[in-house]
Amino acid sequence: MPETVLKIRNLKTYFYTYAGVVRALEGIDLDIYKGETVGLVGETGCGKSVTSLSIMRLVPDPPGRIVGGEIIYNGEDLLKKSEQEMQQIRGSKITMVFQDPMTFINPVLTVGDQVSEVITLHQNLARESVQTKIDELQGKIAQIDPSSSDRQRLMERIKELEAIRDQPPKPSRRETKKAALHRTIEVLKLVQLPNPEKVVKQYPHELSGGMRQRVIIAIALSCNPDLLIADEPTTSLDVTIQAQILALLSDLKKKIGASILIITHDMGIVAETCDRVGVMYAGNIVEVSETKALFRRPLHPYTQGLLRAIPKLHEDVEDLEIIPGSVPNLIYPPSGCRFHPRCPFRMDVCDKEFPPLFEADPGHSVACYLYPEKKTRGGRAHD
Amino acid sequence: MIHLQESTQSGIIPASRSRTWWEERAPQVRELKFTLYLLRQSPLVVVGFALVGLFIAFAILAPWIAPHGPEERFWQMPQQPPSWEFPFGTDTTGGDIFSRVIWGARLDLAIALTVVISAIIIGSVLGAVSGFMGRAFDEVLMRITDVFLAFPALILAMAVAAALGRNLTNLTIALVVVWWPTYARLIRGQVLAEKEKLYVDAARAIGAKPSRIIFRHVLPNAIFPVIVQATLDLGGVILTAAGLSFIGFGAGAGVAEWGLMIADGRSYLFQSPWIATFPGLAILLSSLGLNLVGDGLRDVLDPRLRR
Repeated sequence: MPETVLKIRNLKTYFYTYAGVVRALEGIDLDIYKGETVGLVGETGCGKSVTSLSIMRLVPDPPGRIVGGEIIYNGEDLLKKSEQEMQQIRGSKITMVFQDPMTFINPVLTVGDQVSEVITLHQNLARESVQTKIDELQGKIAQIDPSSSDRQRLMERIKELEAIRDQPPKPSRRETKKAALHRTIEVLKLVQLPNPEKVVKQYPHELSGGMRQRVIIAIALSCNPDLLIADEPTTSLDVTIQAQILALLSDLKKKIGASILIITHDMGIVAETCDRVGVMYAGNIVEVSETKALFRRPLHPYTQGLLRAIPKLHEDVEDLEIIPGSVPNLIYPPSGCRFHPRCPFRMDVCDKEFPPLFEADPGHSVACYLYPEKKTRGGRAHD
Repeated sequence: MIHLQESTQSGIIPASRSRTWWEERAPQVRELKFTLYLLRQSPLVVVGFALVGLFIAFAILAPWIAPHGPEERFWQMPQQPPSWEFPFGTDTTGGDIFSRVIWGARLDLAIALTVVISAIIIGSVLGAVSGFMGRAFDEVLMRITDVFLAFPALILAMAVAAALGRNLTNLTIALVVVWWPTYARLIRGQVLAEKEKLYVDAARAIGAKPSRIIFRHVLPNAIFPVIVQATLDLGGVILTAAGLSFIGFGAGAGVAEWGLMIADGRSYLFQSPWIATFPGLAILLSSLGLNLVGDGLRDVLDPRLRR
């Protein structure tokens, strides 16, 4: 069993509006293991984004509030942490890539300012700043005449700096800035932005959408996070750039060893990038499985409906299949299983009790009464 | 061979770097040219810039332009009409009005700048925090600004200046007290709009503290309308400061300050009209110029006008 990075148990997030209490998350269970990519799919309004905001503890309050459950990271419950402790975690241990790179970058700050901001906030740059100085001097040595006495002096200075590199003094503001910029350029190289030395001085409006999304990924990855939450990272990009960004994400994941939680409504992205998938419906996770198993044998009627609704290239059919009915109102959700009004296999028990999530096949959990319960995992009583 | 290559390279790099610097800045240069083009479209704005430029030149170059010192007196020649020696005539104590108007520009513009800059600093810090924090802090601060805005500016400034004592420093303080709520309101409104934008969420998600989000991320985005308001207010402050000086708050007797000079000349309006007229014209033209510039800037900075 691989190591768990994040363990979500019975997470409940409600929004208290004038119209009533919106039960956006009604008890979510999800595990994310080290180094894997987990997808979270579902329709608009099913609670995907609220899940990501809840993990970051960024649910807007008021009106939203996390009312119950636990999110275990590193053996500690994130929901019990203070705001200051969360600020330490956000951006360094758990980071986020947002949907729309046009609006998620501050228009008045240069790219360099924004990337180096995260770096200065979360990293101790003392060693970096000494290293930057050494690199600079080595650059100088390469340029000057090898026989001059200046070279000798520079070599001595480098030796001095190398001696203090492991117990570096606290860097001054200017040194920190310089080291952060140095690191920024490295990170921008990592996300394969062309000409990073130039990009750091540019403003967001001078970059294309794909480049901006790379910048956002650079911000998210600059502090080597354990978990990267990508909330519809490619929705606003065209298909070619989408493919590039997804390839970049999975490539960097391997390099850094981070886990990724991808939130999307695109089954294609899931099939392409994810190791495991959670399917959400109306504030619940109805099915969790390895990606291949899910596509091969979807268990929950909702998942089956979703997969049938994907246009198929090899079949000559005019109309796509749909799931009849519409997404329920989360202020007055249906009793029992929230999918039962739309479910083709509805049984008597479905509108009375909430089906617990249980493991139907090894590594394949589903919340549905259609399947005989073998053993429960992370199961819970109905509310 | 290798050595030769290296030296040619190092010779080329600085030249190519300087060329790319201009190429890199080409969009900014184009933008600036376009801005100037827009400004030139309205002749009034050009007049405004000319007037403001003239008074700024007066203020900076006063020691070299003015023929006499600000408090120099020709006791034997009081109330002389305009002549070649004294272009604007002399006042009751024999001061050269032309020189005093020029020196006055220095004093009045300095007051206006100090007041507006201090008001912007106080107003934008309080306004930004208020707008961003919301809730009780916002409510309390906005009610305080209501109290300040409820009084007519001149009356409130008079009261404050009278309470503090009559000198130029206290006049400046009084005007700052009157002016900061305008900026607090303005910035608060901007921040309320900006804080809903998604880059604020992004800043939260990288673990930035609220203070950092306010001052580094939100405020630079909210500050633009303040530039226009500040230009317009510079004229307003000059008027109000002169008004206060006129009724006796502010500069002590004899100081080259426009409002005070008008006050000195008002009793002789019929015998020697030039004493009050020329400082009055200076006030009129300087605040007119600043207002025209402000209007022009507002139009130019309006994004709807730019493509």
